[in-house]
Amino acid sequence: MNLHEYQAKQLFKDYGIPVLPWRIVESANDAETAANELGCPVIVKAQVHAGGRGKAGGVKFAATAEDAVQYASDMLGTRMVTNQTGPKGVPIDKVMITPAADIAHEYYVSIVMDGDEGAPAIIATREGGVEIEQVAEEQPEKIVRIIGDPLIGLLPYKARDAALALGFPPPLIRPATALIANAYQLFIDNDCSLVEINPLIESEDGKIIALDAKVGIEDDALFRHPGLLELHDPAQMDPLEREASEFDLAYVKLEGGRVGCMVNGAGLAMATMDITKWAGAEPANFLDIGGSADLERIEHAFKIIVSDPDVEIILVNLFAGIARSDVVATGIINASKEVGSKKPVVAAMRGTNAEEGLQLLDDSDMDITPAPDMASAAEILRDKLASMGEQHTSFLRKQESRGAGEPNKSCQS
Amino acid sequence: MPVLVEDPCRLLVQGLGRDGSFQAQRIVEYGTNMVAAVHPNRSGTKFMDEIPYFETAREAIAATGANTGLVFVPAPFAMDAILEQADAGLSLIVCITEGVPVHDMMKAKSYLDRTNSRLLGPNCPGLIHPGERVKLGIIPGVAVSPGNVGVVSRSGTLTYEAVAQLGAVGMGQSTCVGIGGDPIPGTNFIDVLTQFQDDDETEAIVMIGEIGGTREQAAADFIKQHVTKPVVASIAGQTAPPGKRMGHAGAIITGKAGLASEKNKALEAAGATVVESPAYIGEAMKNILG
Repeated sequence: MNLHEYQAKQLFKDYGIPVLPWRIVESANDAETAANELGCPVIVKAQVHAGGRGKAGGVKFAATAEDAVQYASDMLGTRMVTNQTGPKGVPIDKVMITPAADIAHEYYVSIVMDGDEGAPAIIATREGGVEIEQVAEEQPEKIVRIIGDPLIGLLPYKARDAALALGFPPPLIRPATALIANAYQLFIDNDCSLVEINPLIESEDGKIIALDAKVGIEDDALFRHPGLLELHDPAQMDPLEREASEFDLAYVKLEGGRVGCMVNGAGLAMATMDITKWAGAEPANFLDIGGSADLERIEHAFKIIVSDPDVEIILVNLFAGIARSDVVATGIINASKEVGSKKPVVAAMRGTNAEEGLQLLDDSDMDITPAPDMASAAEILRDKLASMGEQHTSFLRKQESRGAGEPNKSCQS
Repeated sequence: MPVLVEDPCRLLVQGLGRDGSFQAQRIVEYGTNMVAAVHPNRSGTKFMDEIPYFETAREAIAATGANTGLVFVPAPFAMDAILEQADAGLSLIVCITEGVPVHDMMKAKSYLDRTNSRLLGPNCPGLIHPGERVKLGIIPGVAVSPGNVGVVSRSGTLTYEAVAQLGAVGMGQSTCVGIGGDPIPGTNFIDVLTQFQDDDETEAIVMIGEIGGTREQAAADFIKQHVTKPVVASIAGQTAPPGKRMGHAGAIITGKAGLASEKNKALEAAGATVVESPAYIGEAMKNILG
C-alpha cells in the first residue's frame, strides 16, 4: 500500500525527520488561505500515487497566492498521467501547498527491503533530485548501499557512514546521521516496503530538509497497523484492480494488451502471460484466482476480465491442485451468461476434475475452445488471433470474403 | 531418498485448521510418516484417529522423535511457529503459509542462520519424493511419478506444469522442491542445486525461476562452477512490467537484474538449456537425456 506524500510527511514529522510545513487543500479557494498562511512563494504539489509527477506538471512554483489558486484549480479534479501511470492516469483529489525552499544541494536517500541480503538496504547518492534509476544507469559508482542488520537494526556507525558517503558539509553530518537513523526506524516500525526521500536537500541557510516523502507499506503486514490501513486511498488504484482487491484476487492491469488471462497460481499466471506473446499478442492482465477459489470469486474474476474493454479474447489456464476444474468452468459459464459476453475463450484445464470442467465448457453455448495443455492452448490462441487480426484489416477482409479467416468461429475440441 | 530431508522422515504438522487438516490428510494418505500434530487445545486427542495432538512442538518432539516440521499456521503467527520448531530442534521446517510479513521473514531467516534448522518456504508448495512417497506440502501426489529429474521452482503451479511436461515425455522425478515466491525464502536455488548435484538419484535438473531479485543469477554462477548435471531452466514473467507485483511478493521488477531476459542470459551463459515457456520443459529434457 502506498501513502500519499502528505501522509508520508506526517510520518516523517512523527519520527523527527525535518520537513517544511504544509497544507492540504481540496478546493482551489482554500489554496489562497494556505498560501497566505505559509507565505509566498509556495509550491503546489498534486497528491497522487505515482512517480514522475514533476515532469507531468504536478509540481508548480507559485510566486503569489493568486498563482497558487490558479495551479490548484488546474490540477484539482483532473487526472494526472505520468510515465509511471497508465494512459488513464490517477485522480488529483488533493493538492499540497508548501513553502518554496532555497536549495543549495539535492541528495537522495531511500530504504528498501533487499530480499537477496535478507535485510533493509539504505540506498543513497549525492546526485539527488533526478530519478534514482537514471543515476543507477549512468553513474552507478555514485550510489552507496548500506545494509542494516535484521535483528540489531541500523548500527549508529552505519548511519554515519551513509551521511559521510553523501558528502554533507561537517556541520550537517550529525543531523544527517540522525535523519538516516530515524528514517530506518520508521521503515522498521511500520513494516515498510519503501521509504524514499528525493530530494533530501541542504538549504541555502544550511539546514537539511526532506522536501519530498514517499512511503510504501507491506500489504501482508497491514493487519498489525490499523492506523495506516485508514490512510488507504482506493481512488488511486485502477478501477479493475480495485474491484479485484475487494474479492481478494491478485489482478494487475497491463496496458496495451488484448488477451485476458485467467489462471491459478502466480507463476503459472506469469508463464501464461508470456505464452500469449508467443501466440502473437500482449497480455491484458495478470490474474491469479488462487488455490482454493470458490464459485463466487471465479465469477467475479471472469467478470473483471471481460469488462476490460481492451480484452478481445480470453485465455484460461488452470492446473487444479486444491481448486476444482468443474467449479472454475461453472463460474466462467455463469459469469459469461450474466454479463452476456461474446468474447471467445480458449481454456486449458489439467488436474482435479479437468475432464468434467472441459466437458462443461464444451457443452455450454459459449464460444469456448478447450485445450488439453498450455502449449496447445497457445497454438489455438495463435490461430484465433491471426483470424481476428484479419478481421481488423480491410485489405484482408477481401480475402475473408473468399472464405479465409472466418472470425470468432467456435472450434471443437 | 528425498533431498533436504532427514532419513527416515518423522513429520510433525503444526496448524491443523481447515486447510491444514485437509492437506495433512493427503500427506498421510500419500504415505508420509506423520508422527505428530500440533494445534492449540487438542492435546489428548488424535488426528485421523491415530496421530497424537500436542500443545507445543517441543512436547511433540520429545514424545515422538519428530525430525521434520510442516507449518500451516496463519501468516500473522507463522514466524513464531517456525522459530518454535527451530528451537525445538527440527532439522527441516517447511512453511506453506502465504502472506508472512517480509519483516518477520527477515528476522526469522537471520535467527535460523544461528540454528541447525533449515527452512523451506514460506509461501511454497513444499517438497515431494514420488519414489519413497514422502510428501511435505501440497504438491498433488497424482501429478508426480518416480524418476531421475530433480525439480526446483519458485512457483507451485509451475512445478505442476513442469512435472506434467516431464510426465508427458515419460520422465519421472527424484525430488520436487518448491522454494516459494517470497522475497526472503529460507532455502534458495543454490541450496537445492547443491543437493541435486550430490544426489545419486538425480540425473538432470529442472529449474524454474521468476522475475524479481537476483537469485537466478546467483544460481547461474553456481551452475557454471559446480553443477555437472544437465539443467533445463525457465523464467516466468517475460511480459511483466517493472514495478508491479505479479502475485508473489518477490515477483516484482525493481531493477534491470530483476528482468526475465537478464536471468535467461545468465543461465544460458552458465550452460543451462533455457526454454521460453515451462510448456517446453519436457521436450527440452527429452532432447538432452534422449
